[in-house]
Amino acid sequence: MPDRAGTPVPEAPMLEAIGVSRVFDVSRPWLQRTLAGEKRLTLRAVDDVSFAIAPGSTLSLVGESGCGKSTIARLAVGLYAPSAGEIRFEGNSLSVARAQPALRRRMNMIFQDPYASLNPRWRVRDIVAEPIRAFKILDGAKAIADRVGALLAQVGLSPADGERYPHEFSGGQRQRISIARALSSEPDFLVCDEPTSALDVSVQAQILNLMKELQERLGLTYLFISHNLAVVRHMSDRLGVMYLGRIVEMGPGEEVFARPRHPYTRMLLDAIPDLEMVGRARTPVGGEVPSPIDPPPGCAFHPRCPLANARCRTERPEHTRAGPSAAEVLVACHAVAEGRA
Amino acid sequence: MALLEVDRLTVEFPTRRGTLRALDGVSFSIGAGEVLGVVGESGAGKSLTGASIIGLLEPPGRIASGEIRLNGERIDTLKPEAMRHIRGKQIGAIFQDPLTTLNPLYSVGRQLVETMQAHLKLSDAEARSRAVGWLREVGIPAPEQRVEAYPHQFSGGMRQRVVIALALCAEPRLVIADEPTTALDVSVQAQIIALLRRLTREHGASVMLVTHDMGVIAETADRVAVMYAGRIAEIGPVASVVKAPAHPYSKGLMGSIPALGHRMARLAQIDGAMPRLNAIPPGCAFNPRCKRVFDRCRVERPDLLPAGDTRAACWLYAEGAADA
Ligand SMILES: Nc1ncnc2c1ncn2[C@@H]1O[C@H](COP(=O)(O)OP(=O)(O)OP(=O)(O)O)[C@@H](O)[C@H]1O
Ligand SMILES: Nc1ncnc2c1ncn2[C@@H]1O[C@H](COP(=O)(O)OP(=O)(O)OP(=O)(O)O)[C@@H](O)[C@H]1O
Ligand code: SF4
Ligand code: SF4
Ligand SMILES: [Mg+2]
Ligand SMILES: [Mg+2]
Repeated sequence: MPDRAGTPVPEAPMLEAIGVSRVFDVSRPWLQRTLAGEKRLTLRAVDDVSFAIAPGSTLSLVGESGCGKSTIARLAVGLYAPSAGEIRFEGNSLSVARAQPALRRRMNMIFQDPYASLNPRWRVRDIVAEPIRAFKILDGAKAIADRVGALLAQVGLSPADGERYPHEFSGGQRQRISIARALSSEPDFLVCDEPTSALDVSVQAQILNLMKELQERLGLTYLFISHNLAVVRHMSDRLGVMYLGRIVEMGPGEEVFARPRHPYTRMLLDAIPDLEMVGRARTPVGGEVPSPIDPPPGCAFHPRCPLANARCRTERPEHTRAGPSAAEVLVACHAVAEGRA
Repeated sequence: MALLEVDRLTVEFPTRRGTLRALDGVSFSIGAGEVLGVVGESGAGKSLTGASIIGLLEPPGRIASGEIRLNGERIDTLKPEAMRHIRGKQIGAIFQDPLTTLNPLYSVGRQLVETMQAHLKLSDAEARSRAVGWLREVGIPAPEQRVEAYPHQFSGGMRQRVVIALALCAEPRLVIADEPTTALDVSVQAQIIALLRRLTREHGASVMLVTHDMGVIAETADRVAVMYAGRIAEIGPVASVVKAPAHPYSKGLMGSIPALGHRMARLAQIDGAMPRLNAIPPGCAFNPRCKRVFDRCRVERPDLLPAGDTRAACWLYAEGAADA
């Protein structure tokens, strides 16, 4: 039994992933493949990932583009089924939970791509009202219209914007429409995949402040994905760092930011641009990103890791516990386990 | 003469309830090899400015007045056919929305090959090998294996990088990059920025870089324009605008950046919202949210005025106004 990445949380978790993997078939069409004599190609987007999110808390996922964050997001709300492992929502298997409208209402997602997720033929007010109607949260046109207006105002749009269509809005305005829609079903668990990537920093601050307020007031639970590490630091209770489909380091956000242990986490934190950089190039994370179709053996990070040795090239590191016990961190790295990191 | 000159550009949307003015007298220029960063409030008109330059303003939106010149020649009055020629070859565009640029039915390799062959004389084999090269250049792992893949098989950030490759592969003189790195993690971001900088240095290409990421701006741009409610609020050298902004809106914007160093209970924000296009207040459009507002701000609209190293559209910098 491999060591699991999910640290036990004192409270029963809201969402739990247990040894979850997701594989995609990325072969060329059958005829071309057969003519060229190729084998089937599969891509392991998520590989044996475990985590638990306590009610009212935020787990953030960070990692390079293509490492599997959005795939986990979709698994977490049941849009993809795991190829292996299980996801539980309040202790029930997600596939069972999704079959019940009362439970389905309680989870929602803000998609990474705000354009693709808004129906271009619907007026904004109908887009935002859709979950309210689908789950019969409110009755009566007036009550629904008031609620939609309030939701739009919360995300810095105006109630009158409800009359317009998505294409009449800027990128950041559309992202706010999708946030308003996600909030309209009054979810308890919200998956936020790059929720503020298209927003300028002042609107972003408004949205993040709103999300935190809702969490404090209503106890919302978030799975939060962002490339912006300053945003992640601001939002997270716990933080998972992903590399090529695996969680390579996970622990309390403050601890991981203050004392990154995995060599990849350290590189990631070093690559952050900042305002002191005017006119200067930063050191990019070195080495080529490996292909998830053909991941390197052993530790997938070894071709880029300054601490790699022979063991790293053959043996896959399992999670070991590190850090002071109050701030427990899980790290998948031989060097950390051997005390030479 | 600058490579690109935008001169008092005004863009309007006629609607049943009257005409909305989305851009109102926007002027700036970009020199050869220069990177102009464009930042500002969501909905301020950054994407519309880019769309106007490349002639892809979506109807009913239209240029109501002003001029856009490339190499001194007006391009805002060109026929669609002539403009199509300029797009790709002279001006490459990276759109904010990767899905509108990518054709879901064609493999990413085919899209690159077709774009290059439309503008450059290349054999099939040459174009294909360049396509793989561009995918590598933008950091797609194992490009030989993935050149046949379709857009939906790529992650959000990978699609974004294909869009960047498509915009650059015909080697344009001017690149309009609308949020090119928002879907990208910091390490890929660094790679893309290095690529953009190399293009400006080695090929003298110019870039208009729209982004919300002030770190990217600080690292890449030579000058920065800050937009608010369809106008330029401030423009100047990057170091001044980012570190010592003059306009009250720019100051609020820079103050909202979450700091990595320490965690705050609450992020600083500029209270209130940008006015709707049909309710832009008279005088300075920022006046309802401005802490320094005074009488003149509510009646007279400020133009760009010299403000230290930058120029700011703010009455605080008018001759005789109390020192800002
Ligand atoms: N439907 C699919 N078919 C085939 N491959 C897929 C599919 N969805 C995702 N992938 C692949 O799985 C990997 C992980 O993708 P995912 O979208 O989860 O990445 P991500 O971490 O969200 O990246 P980004 O930060 O760029 O959004 C990528 O290599 C991607 O190409
Ligand atoms: N088809 C349209 N009809 C009416 N108004 C429109 C239309 N397209 C854009 N607008 C308006 O024009 C304004 C400027 O939009 P633009 O897309 O240029 O903003 P932006 O600065 O790029 O914002 P973001 O940072 O959110 O992408 C917005 O207020 C938007 O609502
Ligand atoms: S296991 Fe080895 S290669 Fe992997 S991160 Fe640790 S030291 Fe580096
Ligand atoms: S002109 Fe007046 S209202 Fe406008 S930014 Fe300057 S001080 Fe504020
Ligand atoms: Mg993603
Ligand atoms: Mg835009």
